[in-house]
Formats: sequence, structure tokens, C-alpha cells
Amino acid sequence: MSAETSTPADAVELAGAGTYSPDNPAPVIEPPRTRTKSTPRATRTNFEMYGWLFMRLSGIVLVVLVLGHLLIQLVLDGGVTKIGFAFVAGRWASPFWQMWDLLMLWLAMLHGANGLRTVINDYAERDNTRFWLKMLLYTATVFTVFLGTLVIFTFDPNIQ
Amino acid sequence: MSTPTLDKHSAALDAAENTAFEQITITLRVRRFNPEVSDEVTWVDYQLEMDPKERVLDALHKVKWEIDGSLTFRRSCAHGICGSDAMRINGRNRLACKTLLKDINPEKPITVEPIKGMTVLKDLVVDMDPFFQAFRDVMPFLITKGNEPTRERLQSAEDRARFDDTTKCILCAACTSSCPVFWNDGQYFGPAAIVNAHRFIFDSRDEGAEQRLEVLNDKEGVWRCRTTFNCTDACPRGIEVTKAIQEVKRALITRRF
Repeated sequence: MSAETSTPADAVELAGAGTYSPDNPAPVIEPPRTRTKSTPRATRTNFEMYGWLFMRLSGIVLVVLVLGHLLIQLVLDGGVTKIGFAFVAGRWASPFWQMWDLLMLWLAMLHGANGLRTVINDYAERDNTRFWLKMLLYTATVFTVFLGTLVIFTFDPNIQ
Repeated sequence: MSTPTLDKHSAALDAAENTAFEQITITLRVRRFNPEVSDEVTWVDYQLEMDPKERVLDALHKVKWEIDGSLTFRRSCAHGICGSDAMRINGRNRLACKTLLKDINPEKPITVEPIKGMTVLKDLVVDMDPFFQAFRDVMPFLITKGNEPTRERLQSAEDRARFDDTTKCILCAACTSSCPVFWNDGQYFGPAAIVNAHRFIFDSRDEGAEQRLEVLNDKEGVWRCRTTFNCTDACPRGIEVTKAIQEVKRALITRRF
């Protein structure tokens, strides 16, 4: 039983060889975000659980809201061509459609923001990057929700 | 019940009884790293004459014992019980001692890497401390209140069956090191710790479920699981890891409401 190596380990020319020795070993690569002494300890809140539950529940409601919205806006009564100022004014005259749109706005924004929050948590490696990305996300979310809510409640069909 | 027997030998039995020594040439491609020589990793090919019915661990042994003694890897029992030799073979986490060469296409080079998401110390040896720290954090031991009974703590067969699946864990880290969330965030407890918490949370004799659930309810607990099922695919013991994680999530929700 003869066994041979095509490239024996000691024949391989290693890059950076000679720089390191048993007394001076190369630095090993730590995995991202290892737990250290300065890692924040347990928070003892149910926030992550509520976040997870909210994603499931809002998702179910959004399926109805968004598909209904798309059907009304794009398919029924001549499709997209009917949409204009008058169409929106007519729909928002009814509190039902106001509530529909308000609920859709809030759920979709929070659902999307929470999803992006988890994506940022998963992928941003540096603490600073993660913090600022989340701040940007929260600012954009609050701004959009605020603006949308304002428009739904203060919409004036007689505007000049 | 008697085992059904065949009058005639099947083809498989004939093949099994044929003890002729089959030899094929395989290429074992090992990811090697030695911090005392270089900070770079190298892929080294070893050409070996092996029986396809042998295991990847046998190939590694052959390299270590006959070609290059500096090849470093962990193994203890070499029979799939101790969980020391989990490694990434052909891009999948497996136990080298349970993977037969014939099952992973020996015609192509077989790649062997250390498991991902942990610090590589040398060749195939990784630093398992973060893994075992997460294991310790979920308190993997029986917690009870009150006086110790004078006889053993009895349990019905149904109660025992409730957590049977998760008792099979051998702590090889194949699941945790296959989890993409763990790759990106080493603070996540990881599937193995949750499986071992599950083993006690659903044990009728244990009274520490609330403490364990509290630990796993946190930021780095079960809610980080994205149900990618990598852990279930990787588990060499066939534990339904993702199912166990989902059951812990369900227990958290049903107990908090």
C-alpha cells in the first residue's frame, strides 16, 4: 500500500512563511461578534418575542389588506386608468377606506421595518454600522408613518 | 417477531460477502492552517489508495500516520458517539467517522475543512469554547425544588418520549457551525444549545424550564432562528433540530400569554 501526495505539505511554498514561528504564531481569526466581557447581558424583556409574533400576525392581515388594495386599485372598474385625485377623494370620503389605508400603512411600515431590523442585526458586523443603519431605518419609518397618517386624516377634497 | 430471511442471497449480500480487497485512488483535499508557519491557509491534496467502504476518518488517519504527521484533527471514539470529528466534508458538516468514501463520490477530490463560524486553531481543530459556553448558559442539568426523593424520579413512557429526540445530541457542533445566523453572530446561542435546553424544558421531572426559557427568550435566543433547516440537515444523529427550536418558541409563546 503505497500512498503518495501530489503536493506534500512541506513542499508547499507558504505565503508569509518565515515570518511566524512557534514563539511568534500568526494571529488567529476570531469569528464575528464573539461574546466578550463587555457584551451586554440579558435584557429580560419579551421584545424579541413580540417582534416575532407581530411579524406573523401582521403578515396574515397584510395579505388581505394588500391583495384587496391591489385588486381595487389595479383590476376592478377599468384598472389603473381610473386612479386620479377624484378617485382617491371619493374613497377617503368613507371612514372604512380611511381605516383600511391607515391600518395598511402602519402594519406594512412596521412589518417592513422590523424585517429590516433583523436583517441589519444579522448582517451588520460592526457595532457602529449596526447602530447607524438602525437609526436611519427608524427615522425613515417614523417619518413615513407620520406623513402618511397626517395625509389620511387631513386630506381635503376641496383643495385648490 | 422473526426477521424475514431470504432463501437466496441478494446481490447486496453477495457483494458484502465478497471480501476481495477493493482499492481506488482518491484525492483528499484538506484545508490546512498552521499559525506557527504562516497566517495563510493552504489546500493540500493527498492521493491515497483506499477502499471505498472506508471512512473519511480512515483517509485522514492514513495521511496522519503514513504521510504527514503534522496534520491535526480531533477524534476520540471514531465511531460516531463522542462527536469530536465534526468537519465540513464536500461543503457539508458531517462526522468524518460516519462518512463512507463511496457515499461522497470518491472520483472527485474530497474537500475537508474545519467547521465554520469558529476560530481555527490549527488545520481542522477549532476553538470550541464559545460553543460550550452557550451550552453551559442554558443550564443543561436537572433542576428541581424541594427535598430529594428517596427513590428514583419516575416518569411515564409518554413523558419520556416527549423529549426523546433531543437526548440524542452528542455536542459535535455540526448544527451550530452550519447555522448562517451563528456564522454572522457568534453571540447567538445556536441550535445545539437550544436542543439541549429543549431536552430539559420538556422533561416532566425538571422544574427549571422557566429559567431556561428566560435565557432563550433574550436577544440572542430562539427568536434569532431563521428556520433555514441547515441544522436539521447537518445533524449526524438525525435530530429534528429546527423542530426542537420551534417547539421552544411555541413554549415561550404559550407560557407568556
